[in-house]
Amino acid sequence: MAEEYWRWTESRWTNPDIDWKKGDIITGGVDVGSVSSQAVVFVDGELYCYGNTRTGSNSPDSAHKAMGLAMEDTGMSLDDLQYTVGTGYGRVNVPFGNRAITEIACHARGANFMYGPTVKTVLDMGGQDCKAIHCDPRGKVTNFLMNDKCAAGTGRGMEVFADLLQVPITQIGELSLQVEKEPPPVSSTCVVFAKSEASSLLREGWPKEKVIAAYCSAMAHRVVTLLERIGVEEDFAITGGIAKNVGVVGRIEKELGITALKPKIDTQIAGAVGAALFGDALVKKERKKG
Amino acid sequence: MYTAGIDVGAKTVKIVVTQDGKIVERQIVSAGQDAQAAIEEAWQSLDTPLADIGLIVATGSGRKSTKRANGYVTEVAAAAKGAQKTEPEVRTVVDVGAEEGRAIRIDENGKVVDFAINEKCAAGAGAFTEAMARALEVDLPTLAAMSLKSTGNVAMNAQCAVFAESELVTLVHSNTPKEDMAKAIHDAISDRIVSMVRRVGMAEEVMLIGGVALNNGFVASLANDLETSVIVPQDPQLVSAFGAAILGEEGNYAESLSETME
Repeated sequence: MAEEYWRWTESRWTNPDIDWKKGDIITGGVDVGSVSSQAVVFVDGELYCYGNTRTGSNSPDSAHKAMGLAMEDTGMSLDDLQYTVGTGYGRVNVPFGNRAITEIACHARGANFMYGPTVKTVLDMGGQDCKAIHCDPRGKVTNFLMNDKCAAGTGRGMEVFADLLQVPITQIGELSLQVEKEPPPVSSTCVVFAKSEASSLLREGWPKEKVIAAYCSAMAHRVVTLLERIGVEEDFAITGGIAKNVGVVGRIEKELGITALKPKIDTQIAGAVGAALFGDALVKKERKKG
Repeated sequence: MYTAGIDVGAKTVKIVVTQDGKIVERQIVSAGQDAQAAIEEAWQSLDTPLADIGLIVATGSGRKSTKRANGYVTEVAAAAKGAQKTEPEVRTVVDVGAEEGRAIRIDENGKVVDFAINEKCAAGAGAFTEAMARALEVDLPTLAAMSLKSTGNVAMNAQCAVFAESELVTLVHSNTPKEDMAKAIHDAISDRIVSMVRRVGMAEEVMLIGGVALNNGFVASLANDLETSVIVPQDPQLVSAFGAAILGEEGNYAESLSETME
């Protein structure tokens, strides 16, 4: 394939207001997923920097790559991290991690930091799974439901569509909103079948926006059925890559009749944020003992 | 006067012409992009004159596209009848097509006792093996032959065709022998089919029909998982069309399409 429509942009960010060298507690969080990997560094309970990359075929390399990207141009190195927590699909493969914590726990904690203590329901739409999580005001998990068996409602599913329609994945959401009238959703939630259905629709002369709208609609519906099994209590927040897709998010909100909290931080780093915060808490606990 | 059964599937259109319970002619045509055109092409390519066909019974997911049908039957009924008429000892029919899978238990009279259907998930149908063959850049017969040569024991973790494709890429990077990957693919789809069979309960003899029955890698995995030999009839893809024709001869069909829609 000449152009890779599924390829979303890798990114990094440094907090300009923090001088890490003056920090007291410096911890790292690494979330190695099946599709993407994120690494963050927290300094005294504040987000200092992060990196977001595509997971390679090798988990340990992906962890290094993500943290390397996070630390780029900061002058920081792995030795400066007092404690690192790994999580995600490949969490046991973070070679420089001190321990691993489940992705569910890390996502709840991360969402709590990113959206605040009023968050009660978190929907994480990841690369290859979809999670509905209930949490308390401290970001502790009280209930959850996960689908990691089926591509419907996951980033991979959306990547397949971006490729089929030859639209860069970052533009999919916007494009789906350019329809005058909302088309019926594609009848199949299965990505493979939805793809065939989409091909037929294109052949019938449907414009791309209409096909994308139909697919986003089906994906939103699929995700809502997962959410409804566990129940949605406000405030409601969305994390993961697809949280950046306004077409899917808008349709989820419409079907639920609930508006999700607006993100101020890159939604893909939630797991890594939670991991770093667990690290921060563990360092504080250790210091109290000593 | 002849009877014809037409099975309009996701990938192919099958027609079987019968007289007094015996197959007189069979035809299979690719459905392509235009099901109606494919159906008409299938009718026109028959040696049997259309005027001599007194009754046409339609089945398959695309049966609403047939203009000539006098009656309709469900895929479950057609598969059950076709299998039992082909081999009277059959008590479990496993039908795996391009986009759907079914497990049907029947009694000694060919009556359906219980059934399970998958029409929602590509990983339980031919779409799965096709996608995997594409990912490995081989055609299906080659994939099947490769799997029979496997000496290893690799298992796929992914349940979903989309995830399985990514998993295959990882296995390729770790230099897993292609034969072992091919076997893993057939074992994976077989697992899903077998869980459907267990839901309805397996009783011997077991017959496998539908296009995926032509994949002997899959047949081997299925027989292994079920721990019993599996009968694959000649022309497994045509068994449901045959069943539809026989149901026509018996007068066991619905005259309106809506009566056969679930």
